[in-house]
Amino acid sequence: MSQSDFLRQLPSGAGPMYSQRTLSQRLRIDPVMLFLLLLLSGVGLMVLYSASDENAAVVLRQGRFLSVAFVVMVLVAQLHPEQLQRWAPFAFIGCILLLIAVHFMGVGAKGAQRWLSLGGFRFQPSELAKLIMPMTVAWYLSSHPLPPSWRYTAASLVIIFVPTVLVATQPDLGTSILIAASGMFVLFLGGISWTFIFSAFGLLLAAAWPMWEFVLHDYQRRRILTLLNPESDKLGAGWNIIQSKTAIGSGGFEGKGWLMGTQSHLDFLPESHTDFIIAVLAEEYGLRGVLLLLLLYALIIGRGIWISTQAKHCFGRLLGGSIILTFFVYVFVNMGMVSGLLPVVGVPLPLVSQGGTSLVTLLVGFGILMGIYADERLVHQ
Amino acid sequence: MATIPRRQTLKNTYRERYVYRRRMFVCIVLLMVMTGVLVSRYTQLQILDYDIYKTQSDRNRIQLMPIAPKRGLIFDRNGILLAENIPSYTLTVIRERVDQLDETLAIIGELIELSDDDIEQFKKRLRRRRPYEEVPLKFRLSEKEIAIIAVNRHRIPGVDVDAQLVRHYPQGELFAHVLGYVGRISEREQDTIDPVNYSGTHHIGKIGLEKYYEDLLHGTVGYQNVESNAHGRILRVLERHDPLPGGDIQLHIDAQVQKVAYDAMAGRRGAVVAIDPKTGGVIAMLSTPSYDANLFVGGISGKDYRALQNDNDLPLYNRALQGQYPPASTVKPLWALAGMYYGVVTPATRYADPGFFSLPNDTRRYRDWKRGGHGASVNMGQAIAESCDVYFYELAYKLGIDRLHDFGTRFGLGDVTGIDNTNERGGLLPSRQWKRDTRGSHWYPGETINVGIGQGFMLATPLQIAVATSVLASRGELRAPRLLAAVGGEPVEAPLLGKMEDVPESQWDAIQHSMEEVIYDVRGTGRSLRKGLQYRMAGKTGTAQVISIAAGEEYDSESLEKRKRDHALFVAYAPSEDPQIAVAVIIENGESGGGVAGPVARAVMDAYLLNSPDVASGEQQ
Repeated sequence: MSQSDFLRQLPSGAGPMYSQRTLSQRLRIDPVMLFLLLLLSGVGLMVLYSASDENAAVVLRQGRFLSVAFVVMVLVAQLHPEQLQRWAPFAFIGCILLLIAVHFMGVGAKGAQRWLSLGGFRFQPSELAKLIMPMTVAWYLSSHPLPPSWRYTAASLVIIFVPTVLVATQPDLGTSILIAASGMFVLFLGGISWTFIFSAFGLLLAAAWPMWEFVLHDYQRRRILTLLNPESDKLGAGWNIIQSKTAIGSGGFEGKGWLMGTQSHLDFLPESHTDFIIAVLAEEYGLRGVLLLLLLYALIIGRGIWISTQAKHCFGRLLGGSIILTFFVYVFVNMGMVSGLLPVVGVPLPLVSQGGTSLVTLLVGFGILMGIYADERLVHQ
Repeated sequence: MATIPRRQTLKNTYRERYVYRRRMFVCIVLLMVMTGVLVSRYTQLQILDYDIYKTQSDRNRIQLMPIAPKRGLIFDRNGILLAENIPSYTLTVIRERVDQLDETLAIIGELIELSDDDIEQFKKRLRRRRPYEEVPLKFRLSEKEIAIIAVNRHRIPGVDVDAQLVRHYPQGELFAHVLGYVGRISEREQDTIDPVNYSGTHHIGKIGLEKYYEDLLHGTVGYQNVESNAHGRILRVLERHDPLPGGDIQLHIDAQVQKVAYDAMAGRRGAVVAIDPKTGGVIAMLSTPSYDANLFVGGISGKDYRALQNDNDLPLYNRALQGQYPPASTVKPLWALAGMYYGVVTPATRYADPGFFSLPNDTRRYRDWKRGGHGASVNMGQAIAESCDVYFYELAYKLGIDRLHDFGTRFGLGDVTGIDNTNERGGLLPSRQWKRDTRGSHWYPGETINVGIGQGFMLATPLQIAVATSVLASRGELRAPRLLAAVGGEPVEAPLLGKMEDVPESQWDAIQHSMEEVIYDVRGTGRSLRKGLQYRMAGKTGTAQVISIAAGEEYDSESLEKRKRDHALFVAYAPSEDPQIAVAVIIENGESGGGVAGPVARAVMDAYLLNSPDVASGEQQ
């Protein structure tokens, strides 16, 4: 805000409280969060420019996606948490129907059916589920006393279970993990009992064997086996992970320099635009770059957590907390899988990986978070 | 948490907020631990294992590529190119870049001709390939085929046209038995060659001169460090060490003389070898019928190879080096010289020839080729000029096998000549020792009689016969015949194996005179060659029996099958006062040494002596 604005408004004095609000308050956005997100997007475009072999068209396209997504974020920020709370159950039912529809009339590639085509417009209902899931669980829990009793906990688990299974069987393991996580975070933040958490863990461990045997697809099992021993199939299943580790490791502390990464520029690194883009960054900027990126993520997550704790309404608090924690899961799973810590499950690096759909989903989440924050500031004033 | 009563339905917002903050605190701790895991993982990869991955990354992108040296060229004595390197285009496939191999092969099959043999060989090579290696599918693409493939490239990703320098023999089948050929390195050869020096080379000398001088012709491999991408495409060259090309070599061979010999032999089976007696250099070496060595360079097709193998005239058989024939009467000058050397006869010594010869106390008759014989008194000159058999039966009997063997050895008979070529065979100069070792029996005097006329056990290659003639021409200098004259302009000397200084000049004169009589005497067996001769020639005819004719039976060429007719031989050197060329000609089933083999030798000598600059200028003076 400029000095002249300030001088002109002060003498009039008698204006309504509304007129004293800053631009960001009027737009219902958090300037700190916006700055951090724009910074991250800028870093993403720079890395993408390198990963795409200096292809300006790819960067421009991603820039357009980002602009659209940021506009959507601002629009979403105008919604009040109460509105979201009211719509949550209907959105959930709609989402389940769409997910079922994907199973019957979806389109896809590489043996997975993930897309729904509506009048020439293609989208992934599983992306919607990433947001509708925490909204629904938050709606359900916040309309009952917390911490949730065993009954509500069980009901919440059913809410989480149905879309997760529908997405996992598309099959899209990465997205289903994110969906399940977003629901679980709401449950955890809502105060689900520790006894339940530990017994659930015990059950999960016991269920691991039947999962391996009957639920996981061949390609998923192969991915896990490859992770355990990537050297076994250097040109086939192990290629991706060996090449990405080589890219990361050869970057060293200082990196090879922007546009100088040989692994990515010589096509050794697969999926360098999308899921494996962190390897390009690690190769060209070194460990320094990786740590700075992690710091940026930490700031965003820290700001998000702080916003969620400020919320006075239970629904907004639970939803905001879940959104920001899920954001961390993106970062952790992506950086873990590319560096060979976790199986390759297909989770993008948020705001850096190329791709429009996940970008919109992520920024809608931040829009919701900003809406929650804006309401809080309103209450304070 | 457990303090909240179960039934309470009112929401305690303060408490909910407190629970949320505690839970979020747990989450933050968890997040920090997980972030710590990520940081330590990236630290491990980028700091602790940096060296490993740095090496791995360099190995990915930088490859040491061998550069094949250019194979040395081969020229004749006048600088005519006999073996060169021409670009050849090969259709290659990178398996990793082809999704549906059978589909791609089908498309290629529609565009250009692909034989089943091509596909079968390709699939064999496919099994032995390295990842991202270009595997050849079809060799020697025509200009048109290259164009068709180029236009349709988008339909067949992973298929490419590769240019290489390959051996080419511009003279076709003229020099196949001299040069041999190169071919693709076989798995067996792979084990014996230097893997480094041959890392960029696809071809190796398989036979003939190409094999004998492989080390000389091949050169030394060069290399370059290249940066390539994951698809194996070379992006830039980081460092380059040029290969050392193979040496260009010049042969003693005269391509024009070879051509004349080839034309003169038209349609006949046999061999022609011409040697320069002064140097041992091989002026012409021909085996007919021949074959096109170019067929073997890119890998001969099964069909073509079977056709060559099953040909009754044996085109792949190098008669000049490997054909072992009875030298027949062409050895008579040698034995006459031996007779004088050992003091058994003088040029004036006369033997009676009633048409046959019998050993004392033996009734068996060794017949002369001429019914009724050559007269009651035949001297050495006559015996050679008219090729009297009985004279040499008697002479051989008197010399004995031991002296014949010793003397024949000094002319290079009975062992390989040591020519710079492959697969040479040594013929057979029989001896008592040989008979004992191989047959386990004594030497019978009757067997000496046959050796006297170059028959019986005696065998020699056309090359050996030419060498023996060259020894006569040079008056006792035995040289290993040499094809190679110079390497990169540096002359190469043929090794002198022996010099017969113990034989007096007068005896050489007598032999030369007798051999001239073959041409110039009215009854000489080579008299038909005299007409229009522009230099003085000394020669000897020969007729080698293919089957033995029993006593009392007549040799009737009409009734004999073609393949059982006698071989025709002729040896000569010229000009006799200063010999510059010694020639041996053998024509299988040609029957007449003077009439059939003689004209071929005459044509070769004419071509060499009359077209050669020093003779031509000498004539004019």
